Amino acid sequence: MTYEETPVSLAEAPTRRLNMIEAINDALDIMMERDPNVVVMGEDVGYFGGVFRATAGLQKKYGKTRVFDTPISECGIIGVAVGMGAYGLRPVPEIQFADYIYPGLDQLVSEAARLRYRSAGEFTAPMTVRSPFGGGIFGGQTHSQSPEALFTHVAGLKTVVPSTPHDAKGLLIAAIEDNDPVIFFEPKRIYNGPFNGYYDKPVEPWSKHPDSAVPEGYYSIPLGKARIVRPGHAFTVLAYGTMVHVASAVCAEKGVDAEIIDLRTLVPLDIETVEKSVEKTGKCLIVHEATRTSGFGAELSALVQERCFYHLEAPIERVTGFDTPYPHSLEWAYFPGPVRIGEAIDRLMKA
Amino acid sequence: MSGNARSNLPSLALHVPEPRFRPGDKVDYSHLKISRAGEQPRPDEQCPAAETHPLCLDLVRVLDDQHRATAPWDPRLDADTLRRMLRAMALTRAFDDRMYRGQRQGKTSFYMKCTGEEATSVAPAMALAGDDMVFPSYRQQGILIARGYSIVEMINQIYSNRADKLKGRQLPIMYSAREASFFTISGNLATQLPQAVGWAMASAIKGDSRIAAAWVGEGSTAEGDFHSAMTFAAVYNAPVIFNVVNNQWAISSFSGFAGAERTTFAARAIGYGIAGLRVDGNDPLAVYAATQWAANRARANAGPTLIEHFTYRAEGHSTSDDPSQYRSAQEREEWPLGDPVNRLKQHLIALGEWSEDQHTAMDRELMEQVKVATKEAEKNGILGHGLHHPFHTMFEDVFEELPWHLKEQSEQAIHERRVKWPEWSEGWNQA
Repeated sequence: MTYEETPVSLAEAPTRRLNMIEAINDALDIMMERDPNVVVMGEDVGYFGGVFRATAGLQKKYGKTRVFDTPISECGIIGVAVGMGAYGLRPVPEIQFADYIYPGLDQLVSEAARLRYRSAGEFTAPMTVRSPFGGGIFGGQTHSQSPEALFTHVAGLKTVVPSTPHDAKGLLIAAIEDNDPVIFFEPKRIYNGPFNGYYDKPVEPWSKHPDSAVPEGYYSIPLGKARIVRPGHAFTVLAYGTMVHVASAVCAEKGVDAEIIDLRTLVPLDIETVEKSVEKTGKCLIVHEATRTSGFGAELSALVQERCFYHLEAPIERVTGFDTPYPHSLEWAYFPGPVRIGEAIDRLMKA
Repeated sequence: MSGNARSNLPSLALHVPEPRFRPGDKVDYSHLKISRAGEQPRPDEQCPAAETHPLCLDLVRVLDDQHRATAPWDPRLDADTLRRMLRAMALTRAFDDRMYRGQRQGKTSFYMKCTGEEATSVAPAMALAGDDMVFPSYRQQGILIARGYSIVEMINQIYSNRADKLKGRQLPIMYSAREASFFTISGNLATQLPQAVGWAMASAIKGDSRIAAAWVGEGSTAEGDFHSAMTFAAVYNAPVIFNVVNNQWAISSFSGFAGAERTTFAARAIGYGIAGLRVDGNDPLAVYAATQWAANRARANAGPTLIEHFTYRAEGHSTSDDPSQYRSAQEREEWPLGDPVNRLKQHLIALGEWSEDQHTAMDRELMEQVKVATKEAEKNGILGHGLHHPFHTMFEDVFEELPWHLKEQSEQAIHERRVKWPEWSEGWNQA
C-alpha cells in the first residue's frame, strides 16, 4: 500500500450507480489522478476511448503521453509495459480481447512473471493487464474465451476476475497499486448488466442490482480475498465473473440454501474462505465458463478434495464449458447454463 | 498433383540456405565486400532516417589497414580513453578464458564467451552515459566490465554460490546489475528489445534525458519481438539504440537462416523508417563512433537507430557447443576484419601510445587480476559444493510477499531437507 490514509468507511461513502465499464473507467481515472506513473495504453484506448469505452475521456483529461493508442501488437504492448515497469512507471496495458493475449504470452510468462525472481528483486513488473474475457455474447471462437487457467499456472502472476461494478473498481485499484504483475480479466457479458444465464429472458441493467452502488473516490478491495455472495448451508458454490450471477440465479430458481462464494482473485486464492465454507456445507459445486480439462476448476477441485476430504458428503461437482473451441451458433449449448448447473445441484442435493 | 493442366509450368523448388563452408572446407572470403575505411559519409546526427540508408548496405570503418584512424567517423578519442578501451576488451577476454576453463574444471555448469566480439559491447558502453539503461543479450559481458562492475560479483553469479546476488536462481552469465544500469538477462531471445523500447518511452514520458540501448544477435532478429520493438520504436520515436551483433552464427545456423542472403541486418531499419548503420564490429573506433552518433540522435529526440555490428563469433556458441561439427575451422583464421583487441592495440602502437611490451605486461596483469577475483569468489563456493543460498530463498521474490501456497511449499522443502539430513538446521547450508 503506497497511500497512508484513514480507512474509508464504504458504508458511509456517497455512492453512484455505475455499470462495470463505468466503474473500471472510474478506477483508471482515480489512479491516474493519484499516481503520475500510471500510464494507460492499448489498441484503440486513446482518442476513441476503447472499443468497450473503458478508457473514455482519459486521454482528454491526462494527455497523449499518459493514455495512448498502440500498434496492433500484443507482444509489443506487453513487452513495452515490462520495460516501462523496469523504469519505474506503473503501466496498465489493455489487450482488446483475452482471446488475443497469446502473442503477448512469452512476455507475460517468461518476462513479467519472472522479472522479480530472476533479478532477486532488482527489477519488477508492477503492471496490470486489463482484458475483456468470457462468452455469452455470440463472440464466436475469438471473442469469447476464458483463458484464466493459462495464467493461474504461471508462478509470479496474479489473476483477478471481478463480478460486480463495486468489486471491479476496488479490485482494479488494488491491482494497479500491487507491485506484482496482475492479469485483470473483465467478463464482458456483464459489463452492462448481471447476466444470469437465462438467455431467453430479458437482462436487467446494473442499475437494478445493489452491487452497482459504487462508492465515490478512492477505495480498494484486497487481492486474495473472496466474497461470500450468499451465506448458506446446503452446499458451497465456487465461481467468479459472469458465473457468479448464473450460479446465483439457478440456486434461487431451485430454492436451495447454497453458500455462494465469488473468488474474485484466483491467484493468490482465498483458501481460508473456501475451506471454511466446504467444512460447513460438506458439498462443493465449482462453476466456470472455460473449458473443462485442466481448467482452474481442476485446481479448485483438487484443493477442496485434499483439504476438506473428511467433510465431504458428495463428489465435488465441476460445471464448465465443454472441451471444444467456443462455437458461434451453438453458444447456448456450450455455455454452462441453468440446465447443466441445475443437474449438478440435483446430484449434490440427492447425495 | 502432377499430370494436371498446369504440367507445362516449371516445378517450384524450395530454397534452403547453405553456408559457404562446412568442416574441412577451404575458406575463401573474397565474396565479402569490405569497404575501405574512411569512405563512408557521416550524416548529421539529426538527419532524416532515409539519409542513412546507403550506410545500411555499406560498412562504417575507421581503422585502416595501417591501423590509422580515418575521418569522418573517427571519434577522436584521447590516448587514455583508447587505453581504457583496450584494457576493458582485454579484461573481457581474460575473464572469458578463465571462466571457460572454470566450466571445464566443473566449477560451474555453463559459460558463454564473446571472443572476437569484445568491441561490440565495450565500445558502446564507453560511448553511452553510465546511467543509460542497457538491455543486453547473453554475450555482452564487456558492458559490465567497461562499466567497472565487480568481476568477483560476476563470478559469484557464474558459480551460483552463497554470495551470488541472484541467489543461485539463474543460469550462469544471466547477470542482473541495476546499479550498473544493466537489465536482467533472460534466456528467452529478443524479449529485451520491446522492453528497451518501453524503458525509452518511459524516459520520454517523464521528460528524462536517459536513453536505452538493446543488444540482440542476428539470429534472434527473426523473433517476433524484433518486429514489435522496431515498430513501437518508430511509432513513438523512442530514444533507443538497437544493436544487432551479426557474428555470422546462431549456434549451428549461419546468418542465412535469419535472412542474410537477401540483404543486411541494418537494412531492416529502412522498412521501419528508422536510422540504420552497418559497422565493422571488429573496429572499436567505428563501433564507438556509431554508438555516439545514435546516442546523440536519440538524446536530441531525433529517434531510434539500428546498428548492425558485422563481426565473427570466434568461439563455440557456449560450453555445450562444438563448432567443428558444422563450420570450417579456417573461418576464424581467415576472418577479413581481424581481431578487435589486436586492431586497437596496433592502432595505439601506431600512435606511439602503446608497445608490445606494455601489452604483454597488461595481459599478464589482467590474468592475475582475474585469477585473484576467481580465488576470492571461490571462497563463497562453487556450483554443487554446498555453499549456496539457503533453499527457503527459492520461494522468495516469486511475488513481493509470500502467498499461503508458497509458504506451505517452503515448509515442505524444509521438511524434505530434514528427512534427508536429520541433523539439518536453519543456517546450515549443506544440501
